[in-house]
Amino acid sequence: MYQFDWSSIPGALPYLWQGMVRTLQITGVAIVVGILLGTLIAVARLSKSSILSNLAALYVNGFRSIPLVMVLLWFYLLVPQIISRLFGQPGVDIRLLSAFVAFALFEASYYAEIIRAGIQSVSRGQVSAGLALGMTSGQTMRLIILPQAFRRMTPLLLTQAIILFQDTSLVYVIGLAEFFGVAYNTGNRDGTLVELLIFAGAIYFAVCFGASMVVRSLQKKLVS
Amino acid sequence: MVTFVAGLDWNIFFQPAFDGSGTYLRFLLVGFQWTLLLSITAWILAFVVGSIVGVLRTFPGKLLPGIGAVYVEVFRNVPLLVQLFLWYFVLPEIIPGLGTWFKQGLNPLLQQFVAGVLCLGFFTGARVAEQVRSGINSLGRGQRGAGLALGLNLVQVYQLILLPVAYRIIIPPLTSEFLNIIKNSAVASTIGLVELSRQSQQLGEFTAHWYESFIAVTLLYGLINVTVMIVSRFVERVTHLPGYVGGRQ
Repeated sequence: MYQFDWSSIPGALPYLWQGMVRTLQITGVAIVVGILLGTLIAVARLSKSSILSNLAALYVNGFRSIPLVMVLLWFYLLVPQIISRLFGQPGVDIRLLSAFVAFALFEASYYAEIIRAGIQSVSRGQVSAGLALGMTSGQTMRLIILPQAFRRMTPLLLTQAIILFQDTSLVYVIGLAEFFGVAYNTGNRDGTLVELLIFAGAIYFAVCFGASMVVRSLQKKLVS
Repeated sequence: MVTFVAGLDWNIFFQPAFDGSGTYLRFLLVGFQWTLLLSITAWILAFVVGSIVGVLRTFPGKLLPGIGAVYVEVFRNVPLLVQLFLWYFVLPEIIPGLGTWFKQGLNPLLQQFVAGVLCLGFFTGARVAEQVRSGINSLGRGQRGAGLALGLNLVQVYQLILLPVAYRIIIPPLTSEFLNIIKNSAVASTIGLVELSRQSQQLGEFTAHWYESFIAVTLLYGLINVTVMIVSRFVERVTHLPGYVGGRQ
């Protein structure tokens, strides 16, 4: 039988917590930028201008057809070059910045699809009503359609956020240590990789399962 | 953009690879093969597991649907990368006989491949299970009742009545799960499996031609995507059932 040795976890808790903070930072930035940019892309995709809607479709389909691992590698290649061209030698953590940019732009493509479906679920009569009241089409979108759409798609946006929270572990491929990276490094250093990986899995499960229960009860409340 | 791409050194793909296996083009195609092999093998596992779990979730009673639900929750709420590391680093250590066989009986490439297939298969199986369940549930209770009233047993009802229709209804979401498994297979690069994204990193590291490498690999992933979508549209047309919309998004 395998002898488990959990002794290296208590001492590592402060580092693991720092890693979790970083995980939450990446998740938070990606949610905020992703939803803002995603809304713009969704509106562009539904716009009458065929140039705008084609560009938006290209953005969404482009990001959705390549693996997140490749997206992270791409931005870890691009961001440092762009930064050094613009600012010279930067003082920021280039890995973290690359992860922020990669996740924000990547998630925007996923959020855009959710938001587009949300906008389309609002009945056309609402658009006509807004226009009949003398609003411009921009005002109708902003004041009438989007508030209703967002209310309806809140559960989907939150579910996407849970997936995103799990996906941040992939910054491992660019050598950035968030929660999972810290757990892996600790286990590797102390020869307790088995225990640390099980621990990390258990924490992810607890957080994500808890969050998905909250989303489910919210969904029930919205339906009723 | 165009001048940038034209300014890159595309001859790099015709130069010999660092490991002596041939040109870098061949080097990438080897990765392409592993990506396809890994994705397709894992998809077969995911389809079998997902079908079993999805059917369990629609069974009468509490126990079997409960087991199905636990499976889905566990595999959906742990990140793919963590699952892969659990399959690759943890299970061989803590499972006595099988673990030793895995570590000593298989060469490294085969270890990575087996861990990758199990990880992607069981992970995607949970998502397939949800699609199978919703496909079966969309059929309405009357079909099940009619089958039972005709004297079929429960297994026959699933095999002859419910599943043939349910599978056809869920082809579009299954297609997107298949596309996901191809994209997710890139995660196997973290344990060293020489699939497409791993090869592109190695190509970049050894030749410093990062852009050429990433552009080529991104296009290859795009090519797989487009091919799968064309094939699935064909399959959808062939298997279309009159009277069902088919849940196209």
